[in-house]
Amino acid sequence: MRIVLALIAALWASMASAQTLQDLLQADPEAISDPSRRTVGEVLDRLVASGLPEVPTFLERWQAKEVVQRQSDGLFFYGTKEGGGHVLFDVSSGEEVGHSGPREVDELRPNAGVRGVIGSALIQFQLSDPDIARRQAALDAIAKDPAPEQLEPLRASLEGEDDPGVLARKERLENLLAARFEADPEARIAAIEALGSDITVEARAVLNQILSSEPRAADAIPAEANVAWKLTPGSDELPREAAYVMLVEAGLAPPRVTENAIRDALVAALAGGKVGDAPVATLGSDEARHAAYDAIAPARGLPPRISEEEVDAALGSHAFWQDYAEKDAAITGAAERALASAVTRVSLYQAADIALDAISLASIYFLAAIGLAITFGVMGVINMAHGEFIMMGAYTGYVVQTLVPDYTLSLILALPLAFAVTFAAGVAMERLVIRHLAHRPLETLLATFGISIALQQIAKNIFGTQARPLTSPSWLDGAWIVNDVLGIAYIRIAIFVLALLFLGLLLFILNRTRLGLEVRAVTQNPGMAASMGIDPDRIAMLTFGLGSGIAGIAGVAIGLYAKVTSEMGSDYIVQSFMTVVVGGVGNVWGTLAGASLIGILQKGIEWFNPSNTLAAQTYMILFIIAFIQFRPRGIVAMKGRAAGA
Amino acid sequence: MTTLLEVDSISVSFDGFKAINNLSLTIPETGLRAIIGPNGAGKTTFMDIVTGKTRPDSGRVLWGQGGMDLVGMSESRIARLGLGRKFQRPTVFEAQTVAENLDMALRNARNPLAVLLARRTDGDRARIAALAEEIGLLHHLGRRAGELSHGQKQWLEIGMLLAQDPRLMLVDEPAAGMTVAEREHTTDLLRRAARTRAVVVVEHDMEFVRRLECRVTVLHEGRVLAEGSLDHVTGNQDVIDVYLGR
Amino acid sequence: MTTAPVPALRRRPILADNPSVLWALLVLAIVTLGVTVLAEGAGAGVISTSFVKTLGKTLCLCLAAVAMDVVWGYCGILSLGHMAFFGIGGYAVGQWLMTARTYDIVAQSLAGQPLPPTPRELDQAVATQIFGVVGSDHFPWIWAFSHSLPLQLLMVVLVPGLLAGVFGWLAFRSRVTGVYLSILTQGMTLALSLWLFQNDSGLRGNNGLSGLQNIPGLEGWGQDRISIAFFWASALALGLGYLLFAWLTSGRRGSVIRAIRDDEARVRFLGYGVEGTKLLVFTLTAVVAAIAGALYYPQAGIINPGEVAPLASIYLAVWVAIGGRGRLYGAALGAALVSLMSSWFTGGGVPDIPLGIYTVQWTDWWTVLLGLAFVAVTLLAPKGLGGLFDLMPRAPSRRQGDWGPDDGAWRNEEGEP
Repeated sequence: MRIVLALIAALWASMASAQTLQDLLQADPEAISDPSRRTVGEVLDRLVASGLPEVPTFLERWQAKEVVQRQSDGLFFYGTKEGGGHVLFDVSSGEEVGHSGPREVDELRPNAGVRGVIGSALIQFQLSDPDIARRQAALDAIAKDPAPEQLEPLRASLEGEDDPGVLARKERLENLLAARFEADPEARIAAIEALGSDITVEARAVLNQILSSEPRAADAIPAEANVAWKLTPGSDELPREAAYVMLVEAGLAPPRVTENAIRDALVAALAGGKVGDAPVATLGSDEARHAAYDAIAPARGLPPRISEEEVDAALGSHAFWQDYAEKDAAITGAAERALASAVTRVSLYQAADIALDAISLASIYFLAAIGLAITFGVMGVINMAHGEFIMMGAYTGYVVQTLVPDYTLSLILALPLAFAVTFAAGVAMERLVIRHLAHRPLETLLATFGISIALQQIAKNIFGTQARPLTSPSWLDGAWIVNDVLGIAYIRIAIFVLALLFLGLLLFILNRTRLGLEVRAVTQNPGMAASMGIDPDRIAMLTFGLGSGIAGIAGVAIGLYAKVTSEMGSDYIVQSFMTVVVGGVGNVWGTLAGASLIGILQKGIEWFNPSNTLAAQTYMILFIIAFIQFRPRGIVAMKGRAAGA
Repeated sequence: MTTLLEVDSISVSFDGFKAINNLSLTIPETGLRAIIGPNGAGKTTFMDIVTGKTRPDSGRVLWGQGGMDLVGMSESRIARLGLGRKFQRPTVFEAQTVAENLDMALRNARNPLAVLLARRTDGDRARIAALAEEIGLLHHLGRRAGELSHGQKQWLEIGMLLAQDPRLMLVDEPAAGMTVAEREHTTDLLRRAARTRAVVVVEHDMEFVRRLECRVTVLHEGRVLAEGSLDHVTGNQDVIDVYLGR
Repeated sequence: MTTAPVPALRRRPILADNPSVLWALLVLAIVTLGVTVLAEGAGAGVISTSFVKTLGKTLCLCLAAVAMDVVWGYCGILSLGHMAFFGIGGYAVGQWLMTARTYDIVAQSLAGQPLPPTPRELDQAVATQIFGVVGSDHFPWIWAFSHSLPLQLLMVVLVPGLLAGVFGWLAFRSRVTGVYLSILTQGMTLALSLWLFQNDSGLRGNNGLSGLQNIPGLEGWGQDRISIAFFWASALALGLGYLLFAWLTSGRRGSVIRAIRDDEARVRFLGYGVEGTKLLVFTLTAVVAAIAGALYYPQAGIINPGEVAPLASIYLAVWVAIGGRGRLYGAALGAALVSLMSSWFTGGGVPDIPLGIYTVQWTDWWTVLLGLAFVAVTLLAPKGLGGLFDLMPRAPSRRQGDWGPDDGAWRNEEGEP
């Protein structure tokens, strides 16, 4: 920086004696007062070339419409409005030089196009601006709209840069600009090769720009062409029709007569119920129409039809290729290699990103399914209303949020409250319904379905059909971004942490507490457990409450990143069932394995076919049905006699 | 006498517990055989393996003169080969009548299409009536099996086993819950059946076994401890240790 | 051998064994004749055409419910996929209806052109008409047979039969039973409906098929007569289906089917191929459900993927449970009653109840009532409405089978035969 200042000071010293800024401006005042986008470049070049230190300030204020011209002598000043007139400041020193009355000065108002050109001229000054924010702004401007002339100023500014972050950014941009605009082919190739290790979108955009190509057709591939790859007519890439159209557009073949053109020609030639010799009624097939057209075409000066054989012959006698806009094969070759290398790195990061997505989806499925797995494992009961407990938890969060405006506090309140509400609902359901259907799992399934539709409709009646927002606190907004490819929203991390928390909590409850011991005893052998003094009814009630309570927590979590609707439960219930079925019953690890498998699977399928999440779900379910073939009892199956037939 | 069933060094373990440990056994074409042993000796698991319910970790179960290996076959296929089983707990179809239970068990074509088009013939009716008379349920034919007493259900299951007309009957504790007279009747039935086929009886009750007057195999911890006449095995020191020693 | 004359062994014709079949068919015949006489299309005009359609649709639902009863109430497979087969039947017949009708319309509109249209022009115009909503102008492969009624009717039977056969073979082969099997069938249904929701499935995505009430070739008939014709067809299908299933659930085959429900492991030890029998019942009922669907949707006029969603199949199970499973007339009764009451309540036929501060509007609260009523029936009257017939004096005591597979299913879960 110091060097640049010294340099500028030296320049100023040498030039000041020669010319002032006002002199420069007065050399062609028209160009300043009434600039056009086309002409302003010349003036700017002159101003910049002068090396006067006040030029950047002038350009900025000109751009900001703060320059005025005094009508009496045509001199330029900086002007600020005061009363009816302006206060005038000298363009070189910036000192106040007087006032003007109304209508004594003209305000200069360069149009948007001119301001843009001024802006890009300013960038080279801003690149060395002492204010780091302005240097960054200048870099943003270059990155947004790169141009060849920015390369030199950017390079010049590298030396004086003292901020390591900005310096790195400048070096990257210099590399990007060099790859595109460097005149010396060898230096350019070096710049391109350096991009191979760069995975940003910008870098890939530059490489793709260098590799831009278009399809071409000719009698033969000319020697000077830089061929990207050859095209075969009739392939997926270049269908037969499209290939022929290329020939026609290149003037290498006569256009085909379309079926619509034939019809129009026949209609035009219609006379007395006949076209030529053919009665209209016979023209109900393509063959008949072709024959009729061939008959009338010569007489009416219509173009002859091109037969399929002629099309084939034309396609066969011409060459088709994808032609690079860049004519230097060495450069496109380097760009191809660099792009391949970048794409490899990008796909690695993409895989990592998908893995993160899969983990977060798996956490959601785990939270949604673990309650179901517990009740299924301990009691052999499939609770179809489980999804509605998720919904109840989410609505609890929503209601708390309407009462407590602070999002952080309301979230802290909502989690235990959602657990309490759904725990109570679960216990009530167990006591009122499920207990009376002991050992009739299919009937329980249907009875809980009845409860499910009733709860869903009640929610609809209370909260309406539109989605209710559950807003996350601001510290959960945003995302943890590693690079252009890899990133994950904080809310998903929070859900992952929540899932881990519950995994730990459940493992603790099941393996380290008296309740857990009794639950495991009931799971493995209900009769024996009962005879040892464990009250299976109490265990069933508590288990059901616990499972439902976790569903409530899951509801808050899901509500935070999706919307709260009365139907949100049914969106997750089938996936939850699948998680339980795939994972195996009565085991926390099984549910974890099931949730992971389904999460990874769904994201994996979406990776192959990202446009279609519906198809992904379809394939996933088909996979699960196939999976059950090989492990009918799930991934983590109980073994031995306890597992049953 | 030719061999009907040859169990060749089978082993199976559940979660590390060896339920059957290198067990070998042969059953001849006809005659009675009793298998005894304390709880957990592997009696039921042995029957599960032979009837195809449980797959052994190793070993073979050979059937008939051709020496067909039953391991890996489905339960229904094995049953169709002529292997009938009566369960420890009486297992009949409680929602259906005694006649229907017997009718289902009758030895008839078992493929789905034949079952679909099956009609109860006069021969079937006569056979059901005869069986019902044999097991003392002639006047209960129209009743639902669920309404029968425990002992009657035992009888019904024996009747179903007879109706299947199998080459090998595997009978698990047939005498449980029966009166003395009924036990005698059961013994008669089994001995009569054993004249034309092989009958294997798994029992706890030494008195009942004594009445069967047959060769006895003692199982312990999944393997054969002793084999021979009842007197012979009860004199065996190992058997005494296992049964009485503790 | 003393073969005493045992009453339980007397030979009887199937119908005498199941007197309820005669009663059910009689009721069906009376209803059919009564509706015909009172309908607009054929008689007094007391019953509107739209209500005849509602009744005809109800008969189709009854047929699906009877099929569901056989697979669930008799064979113990709680399938949550039979309405999917119902929907496939509807789609299959809908493809022909829509194609044939659009051909008629397009041919009419092209008749004014100076040149007669070529087959290619006709095809393209029809395809644009049908698939314009999903941005396509040609027939997808799945419509290959849509120009032919016989082929498409064959599809009504073949597609659900194949799907049920393959799915059932995979599921039963791996011995998936009980709630596992239910969840798996639900998964299949969900997969199917998600697939149908996609535009590139070729079945017009969430637009579904529409205009199915217009029967090509019967333009001269008018909806009032068409509705009667379909009502009769539905009644005939229900009658035949009822007979078929009464036959299937009688005799030794019926015994074996019910035995599988109660204890399938024990049936295996008797030497019966459980998997084959289950597959047969599953596939047969799926095909009958599809036929019911093929008759239902021309009366409904429109089908979309929402009708195939898992919820519909669960409702089918609800109807059967409310009506009383394990008896065919119970299933039909449940389906008829609940579906008619649903349309009555949600159609605004029942006055709202003002409670001062809150007015109970049945359009909002009917589902709640249905859900709770269903819970109550499951808890308090597991035999369903059909159980009422057992309370009648001199009730037929010959009915075979109890009211459910659950005891048996549970025994099976525990694994001890």
